[in-house]
Amino acid sequence: VDDLDVEIEDPDEIIGGNAYQNLEDYTSGIAKVYAGLALSGQQGSAGQGDIGGIDEGFGQYLRAYWQLQQLPTDETKIAWNDGTLQTFNFQTWSSSSEFINAGYSRFLYEVELANQFLRDSGDDQLNAIGLSDADKAVVHQYRAEARWLRALGYYHAMDLFANVPFKTENDPVGGYYPPQYSRTELFNYIESELIAIENEMVAPRTAGHYGRADRAAAWALLAKMYLNAEVYTGTARYADCITYCEKIMNGGYSLAANYENLFRADNHQGDALNEIIFAIPYDANYMQTFGGMTFIINASIGGDASPSELGVPGGGWGGTRTTKNLVQLFAADGNVNNVVDTRGKVYSSGNGTFFTEGQQLEMADVTQYSNGFGVFKFKNLNADGTAGTTGSNDASQVSVDFPLFRLGDVYLMWTEAKLRTGGADATYVNLLRTRANASTVTAGQINDQFILDERGRELYWEATRRTDLVRFGKFTGGTYVWPWKGQSPEGTSTDAKYDIYPLPVADLSANPNLTQNPGY
Amino acid sequence: VVTEDEAGFTLPDVTVTNQSTLEEVFTDLDGAFSLQASEGDVILFSLDGYDDMSINYNNESSLNITMRTSSSFQLDEVVVIGYGTTTYKDATGSVVAVTEKDFNEGIVTAPEQLLTGKVAGLAITTGGGQPGTGSLIRIRGGSSINAVNDPLFVVDGVPMDNGASIAGSSNPLNYINSADIESISVLKDASATAIYGARASNGVIIITTKRGNKNKKLGVTLNSSVSLQDRINQVDVLSGDQFRQVINERANEDVAALLGTANTNWQDEIFKKALGYDTNVGLTGNITPNLPFRLSLGYTNQDGMLKTSNFERTTASVSLSPSLLDDHLKIDINAKGSVEENQFADTGAIGSAIMMDPTQPVYSGNSDFGGYWEWLNADGNPNANATRNPLALLMLKDNHSYVNRLVGNVKFDYKIHGFEDLKAVMNLGLDYSQSSGSETVPAFARMNYNSDVPDNGGLRRDYDQIRRNQLFDFYLNYNKEVASIKSLFDVTAGYSYQSFDYDNHELSTSENGEVLNSEISDINTRVLLGFFGRFNYTFNEKYLLTGTLRYDGTSRFAEDVRWGWFPSLAAAWNISEEGFLKDSKTVSNLKLRAGWGITGQENLNNQPYPYLPIYLSSVNQYAYYPIGGNYVPTLRPNIYDPLIKWEETTTWNIGLDFGFFNNRMWGSVEYYLKETEDMIQNVAAPLPNLNNRITTNIGTMENRGVEIALGGDLIKSTDFTWTVNANATFNENEITKISGAGNNEFYLTGDAIAGGTGNLVLANMVGAPSYSFYVYEQVYDANGTPIEGAYVDQNGDGQINDQDLRIFHSGRPDWMLGFSSNLNYKNWDFGFSMRANIGNYLYNNVASNVGTYAATRGTNGYLANIQADALNSQFENNEYFSDYYIQNASFLKMDYMTLGYTFDKIFGKTNMRFYGTVQNVFTITEYDGLDPEIGSGIDNNVYPRPRIYTLGVNVNF
Repeated sequence: VDDLDVEIEDPDEIIGGNAYQNLEDYTSGIAKVYAGLALSGQQGSAGQGDIGGIDEGFGQYLRAYWQLQQLPTDETKIAWNDGTLQTFNFQTWSSSSEFINAGYSRFLYEVELANQFLRDSGDDQLNAIGLSDADKAVVHQYRAEARWLRALGYYHAMDLFANVPFKTENDPVGGYYPPQYSRTELFNYIESELIAIENEMVAPRTAGHYGRADRAAAWALLAKMYLNAEVYTGTARYADCITYCEKIMNGGYSLAANYENLFRADNHQGDALNEIIFAIPYDANYMQTFGGMTFIINASIGGDASPSELGVPGGGWGGTRTTKNLVQLFAADGNVNNVVDTRGKVYSSGNGTFFTEGQQLEMADVTQYSNGFGVFKFKNLNADGTAGTTGSNDASQVSVDFPLFRLGDVYLMWTEAKLRTGGADATYVNLLRTRANASTVTAGQINDQFILDERGRELYWEATRRTDLVRFGKFTGGTYVWPWKGQSPEGTSTDAKYDIYPLPVADLSANPNLTQNPGY
Repeated sequence: VVTEDEAGFTLPDVTVTNQSTLEEVFTDLDGAFSLQASEGDVILFSLDGYDDMSINYNNESSLNITMRTSSSFQLDEVVVIGYGTTTYKDATGSVVAVTEKDFNEGIVTAPEQLLTGKVAGLAITTGGGQPGTGSLIRIRGGSSINAVNDPLFVVDGVPMDNGASIAGSSNPLNYINSADIESISVLKDASATAIYGARASNGVIIITTKRGNKNKKLGVTLNSSVSLQDRINQVDVLSGDQFRQVINERANEDVAALLGTANTNWQDEIFKKALGYDTNVGLTGNITPNLPFRLSLGYTNQDGMLKTSNFERTTASVSLSPSLLDDHLKIDINAKGSVEENQFADTGAIGSAIMMDPTQPVYSGNSDFGGYWEWLNADGNPNANATRNPLALLMLKDNHSYVNRLVGNVKFDYKIHGFEDLKAVMNLGLDYSQSSGSETVPAFARMNYNSDVPDNGGLRRDYDQIRRNQLFDFYLNYNKEVASIKSLFDVTAGYSYQSFDYDNHELSTSENGEVLNSEISDINTRVLLGFFGRFNYTFNEKYLLTGTLRYDGTSRFAEDVRWGWFPSLAAAWNISEEGFLKDSKTVSNLKLRAGWGITGQENLNNQPYPYLPIYLSSVNQYAYYPIGGNYVPTLRPNIYDPLIKWEETTTWNIGLDFGFFNNRMWGSVEYYLKETEDMIQNVAAPLPNLNNRITTNIGTMENRGVEIALGGDLIKSTDFTWTVNANATFNENEITKISGAGNNEFYLTGDAIAGGTGNLVLANMVGAPSYSFYVYEQVYDANGTPIEGAYVDQNGDGQINDQDLRIFHSGRPDWMLGFSSNLNYKNWDFGFSMRANIGNYLYNNVASNVGTYAATRGTNGYLANIQADALNSQFENNEYFSDYYIQNASFLKMDYMTLGYTFDKIFGKTNMRFYGTVQNVFTITEYDGLDPEIGSGIDNNVYPRPRIYTLGVNVNF
């Protein structure tokens, strides 16, 4: 009968109690919490996926987040006909969308990964395996970063889904139905966590901290929350936004000299590092996925474009393009050939953004790649134009890091918060415009529309658009429309309920404590 | 003199055997014979079509024997059940035994295919036409959703690792040569299966192989056949010329410029007519009078219709059945070995052949990509999205495997000296398989081409696997008739221990050896323990009672929940033994049976320890993360359910067996109800959690049904017999509860369809059959043409979104019908078997994916052919979720038809039968796709089932 207590023999598998034996194990543990943002599972590029119920690539954190933030906006439309994917293009989704479930699941999975790491790294456990004080300090550092990652997961869940179930490391693992927190409760929790860990995080721009969050990452997340606080809680917090933006601005960051280099394969080094506060790292030799940057880059390449010219000779999936609205932020007539703003130039031989060859500006058919200009903002090419590292086994994999927080965004947040607190100031927005070879503006020219448009010009395809449009009251409703909004080729008004996503039916049925968001 | 009982004429050719001396003679035309015998010898008379007769010789100088014509259905036929045997007369549960004479004919590589259509309640659907392929086997609809739904197979008393696949083999039962099988019992209800406890919910199939017979002299059988497989039909796609016309009419110049000038029928390019050979030799006899043996050798070599596919198998089996100690100790030794060699063709070529542009040539005329024409980007690299040359997929990939398997058991059956009513049985079994295989693609081939570093392309995937299944059974059986109280007791009690070891390794590199995936190892052990008992009580031959109980423990679950009780109870009333029927000339058998029982299912596909918190490290070097300047492997805590346990199925069964006119007509009717509770399902986990899906016990499901079996010897005379068998099954499956939280809910399930990424068209929903289709309701115009994108707004909210999807039919048939006929006239025999499924639907994924004009748009720089349904639907885009593609796939099939002629007693005692068989003779269906019979409910480029023509000979010396 004792034979029924079998031993685990598989070399890749360890039973819970034995998982953490030394510092190396904890390093692998925190690596997983970070990798939750970047990869889709334990086998690159696919296999051993973290979550189920969806194609593994589609279910990857960054890809799911990017789709939820980009596809329903004026910046991006996707040609593919996968499942309910087209409902993002139109703002017609429902609570049974598998992609909504994927994003929601990912954010909350990230939360639980962090919770579990915190459960597994208490001082009792560290003492039990006899870690030295120096090693313990490293694990304490990891714990602060796990809390930052949990705050990030909760922030994305709160921003997109508003009222989500809440669980910390103090709640049990199995057989537990987490209570639902309101958006305000979540806001307060995330805020308190970020403030609590602020001083435990390493200083901004600490050397050797590549791929990890530092104090500025906590500030940036706080600044982002405060900028949108009125949407989340009904109470504006612009002064706090300015405070935390300025902490970053005083943290030793500076703009990269070349805008385009922020989105290239070697953006983990050199000039780009001066500006990037936290990026989700990718390196095709070590980190492979069909989500993340592999998706963002390959999905954008189609039509007559040359995948090898963009550093992915084995790729090019022909999916995402932009509507004329983004193009018109740079060229009112849609002719990008004469644009001088380096952020909106026509693409040619590895430089520039808008891909027009064989493409039409108008989007008569949303499922045709050729309808709408291509956007080659992210390229698997190095700053010097050489091809970026791609997978030696798979030439569609990329090495471009995804900048989640960067100084350019902080400048725009600061400018917006200043405008709202009555102190319009063009100083920092002009730093961005100067870098981009665009004409400078005066404080007097700064208004709501300018801020929204400038954010579009500076940050398009960086997964902030939905949040921005919601904050400006233009995501739903009829005050601002773009092609295919409301499933109409010209664009039409949509219901305000789409400002937040519905809780997926899967979790509603699994957890009796949940109430659906209004309107769904 | 031997005569026949009804008309009284004499019988020639009766085999008369003195069982003491084994001398054997035959009666002449007048029924006369002469044989040496001494007092006390037992003399056996046997002739096909007549009941065997045996008499004790008492020094008579002559004997007059009357033989009774037998029915094809024998009430006292021995039926193998779990840990013992019974007869139809004594059975209380729902058990059907199929013996060699009723097996399907033709080329049958795997044992389950011998039963297709023969047994009510048993559905067998082969995986397609690939040689050596496996089958989807469901008894009474299947009791599980995410646990293994296959029945438990028991071969010569050794339970197989059910649901386990063998690397390199498409069917884990391929090691058994069907020529070695004597009978197959199908145990359907809980009173029959509960003795297998935690593995019995989906029924049990017991295979008994042939062995030597103490009463038979040396005999040799030789079977040999040659077969030809041919395609029946092909997917209706446009020809090169038609395609050019469509593109030129519909597309702009840029797209039309992609057209080629060839006319290639890609389906003709990838398929061929395939030959097969099959030979086996069996030798039975006695080494000493107490040591019967059987030896057999078999060889099968079967090409597939898809070019390059081949299945080759050599089997050997040995069985020794010595009896010692004055027949008190019977030993049964069986060993079966097989060597299987597969050459797998890339079945992706089937879909590619349908989609590949018919205006392009097969070969490019240059040497790139092995000379095969491929779609390229402007930069000369292969187009990542385009269809690949289907012939190149076949010819440039070598995917072969070797599977060696040894299955054996030794069974000791000891009648205790001085207490002969009690016997002790010990069975030791081993099932060992060792398989290896490799998949090789050269670097220049398109399928694993590396556009970045061409030298680094290609593939070498090597795998090897060992499975070991060891069994120890011990049980006592007490069988006692107490005439004074007209009672018969038959009691069994025992213990069973079985362990399963699994060891799998796999490594993939590019052609030049660069590691693509670091070595994957998968190793585990499982153990199952069981205590079991059975109590049979018969009173006055009229009233039968059976109770069984099993107490099972499994290593799969946590200590507190790993043990479970599985009881069953059944009773039967032999009405025909009652006074009022006993002498009836009409009713020869009438028995009412009723049973109840609880069985379990513990097998959760590939999850040996679902209750343990397991941390999984990065399994290859591409899932690392940079920490402190190094890329380090990550460590993931997996989700688990600490309290997961088996699902439990409660079965009710009531049946009536009947036979008329000395059992010349026979049959049974049964009603069953199976309810599975604590179903093992992979459902949404309440978030935040360590996965969004968890495998746990949740929900209930019911199967209800009626089974009818009828048979009859319609004609029975010396020269002419005609026997028919028919069966019908009605099954209704319904999920009655899914959610733990009690919401009426559903979830999408099944494998993703072809087209798009991860699209699912199946759902499990309360009130519907499991794996029902979940689609939009298509709107049609006045002419009956579907209006593209127009669906019924089910919830009336003015917009069409996924809230308007609805359950619409399922792949499950309401009715399954089987009919077989065997006709013998003199030396000729003619048989056929037909089968029908009614009420089953299929999702026509070939039409939904390829049967639209979307493929012709030249998106992403290539053209794809269209299936001709586009001409009906006129769809411009893929409408994957339209119920237009859910099509009625009810069918009537003739599985085989065979005609044989037997030469009797040529060269002395040799019989020789020549036969010709056609398999897959015809199919009548309204379904539009190639074949309406697909287990998964989704028709997506299955390997087409061939029509097979076989010529063969059976020789008995």
